[in-house]
Amino acid sequence: MSVLTNNLDLFLRAFAQTLQLFAISAVLSLVLGTFLAALRVSPVPVFRGIGTLYVTVLRNTPLTLVFVFFLFAYPLLEIVKIEPYTAAVVSLSLYTAAFVCEVVRSGINTVPVGQAEASRALGLTFVQMLGNVVLPQALRSVVPPMTSTMIALLKNTTVASGFAVFQAGTIRDSLSEQGENVLLGLLWVAIGFVVLVMPLTYVQQVFEKRWSVAR
Amino acid sequence: MTAASAPPMIRVAGVDKFFGPLHVLKNVQLEVPKGQVVVVLGPSGSGKSTLCRTINRLEPIDSGVIEVDGQPLPAEGKELARLRADVGMVFQSFNLFAHKTIVENVMLAPTKVRKTPAAEARKTAMELLERVGIANQADKFPAQLSGGQQQRAAIARALAMKPKVMLFDEPTSALDPEMVQEVLDVMTGLAKDGMTMLVVTHEMGFARKAADRVIFMSDGEVVEDSTPEEFFSAPKSNRAKDFLGKILTH
Repeated sequence: MSVLTNNLDLFLRAFAQTLQLFAISAVLSLVLGTFLAALRVSPVPVFRGIGTLYVTVLRNTPLTLVFVFFLFAYPLLEIVKIEPYTAAVVSLSLYTAAFVCEVVRSGINTVPVGQAEASRALGLTFVQMLGNVVLPQALRSVVPPMTSTMIALLKNTTVASGFAVFQAGTIRDSLSEQGENVLLGLLWVAIGFVVLVMPLTYVQQVFEKRWSVAR
Repeated sequence: MTAASAPPMIRVAGVDKFFGPLHVLKNVQLEVPKGQVVVVLGPSGSGKSTLCRTINRLEPIDSGVIEVDGQPLPAEGKELARLRADVGMVFQSFNLFAHKTIVENVMLAPTKVRKTPAAEARKTAMELLERVGIANQADKFPAQLSGGQQQRAAIARALAMKPKVMLFDEPTSALDPEMVQEVLDVMTGLAKDGMTMLVVTHEMGFARKAADRVIFMSDGEVVEDSTPEEFFSAPKSNRAKDFLGKILTH
């Protein structure tokens, strides 16, 4: 317990940083992932190709390599200089968006094709159909897998440890510098993550209950 | 029928359609003048549903011409969406939007496609629901309604766009027998009001009572095109005789 109480400030700052990384990346990846899913079901073959290519590349690349790219390779391109923290957000968002895309797309596939046909028959455009009819129904069936994807994102934020971005994953380094018991410290980090994940599980239950509409 | 010079509401000329090697529409010719009610009959697999779905391009065709109100069907895109807004369609499986209430189902397309203000759209929607007899179900979700009520809601949803023509793709085939009549009554009412209708159905009673013309299809071809009296009392082709023999004897 003393490991935690002696370094409470460190733990709080680190987990706050983790939460911030998570929150920003979650919003960005949800937006981008949903957009990519729309591309993948679009009637335009080129759009579908772009969506598929994105998912293939980002989903098949280890997250660490995505980080390496944005922290070391991207700066060499000398486009826009970005801070390591921003690079971490970008890496996490782009990587997670590929998974969000596939989750949303699987949700879209659960919506009966008649829903889209009825929309088209009424004169709705593709974007109107997706936004008003298909996505609202698709998102209901993706709450559990989407929660899993978000939990994975929350834990993936620790990959930033290897790239000098301060967050919960770097608590160990600080503790070891101070000669604290590192193993006990890590145990507290693990408990911290469990505490952070629990609200996500709760949110999942709330949404599942609210959106459980009979078909 | 109106002035002879006006273009027909629907013109289908030389239309062919394949599903892979299967030739489902064979050189189909059909004209539906404004205000006419045309019932399409035929055994299952004869292509009548496909024909109905090609008219608003839910099924693209391989060759031939389809015109709605003198306008050839455009390719997929904004133009086609505009045309579809003027063509009402009622499906066998209702296809009401499962996450919206009945009144929201009816309001959606007018507000999104026609940009009608919500209050006005709601008022029109309630009038239409009144007309099809389910105004008291307006705030329920589709799954809470019976099949007959759902199909009437679907008709109201199509009518909300003030379509020039209505397509019915086997509107009563998925209904329990006791609910068929309530849907047919709504359709008969529409026909009496002068709506141009193309109805794919197995309801011979409706064809007799409400149709101006009967089209008989078999194996992807239009085999007969006559009045209901003529078709039911004196079918010309053997395929029609065979078909009527099967359904009228039991």
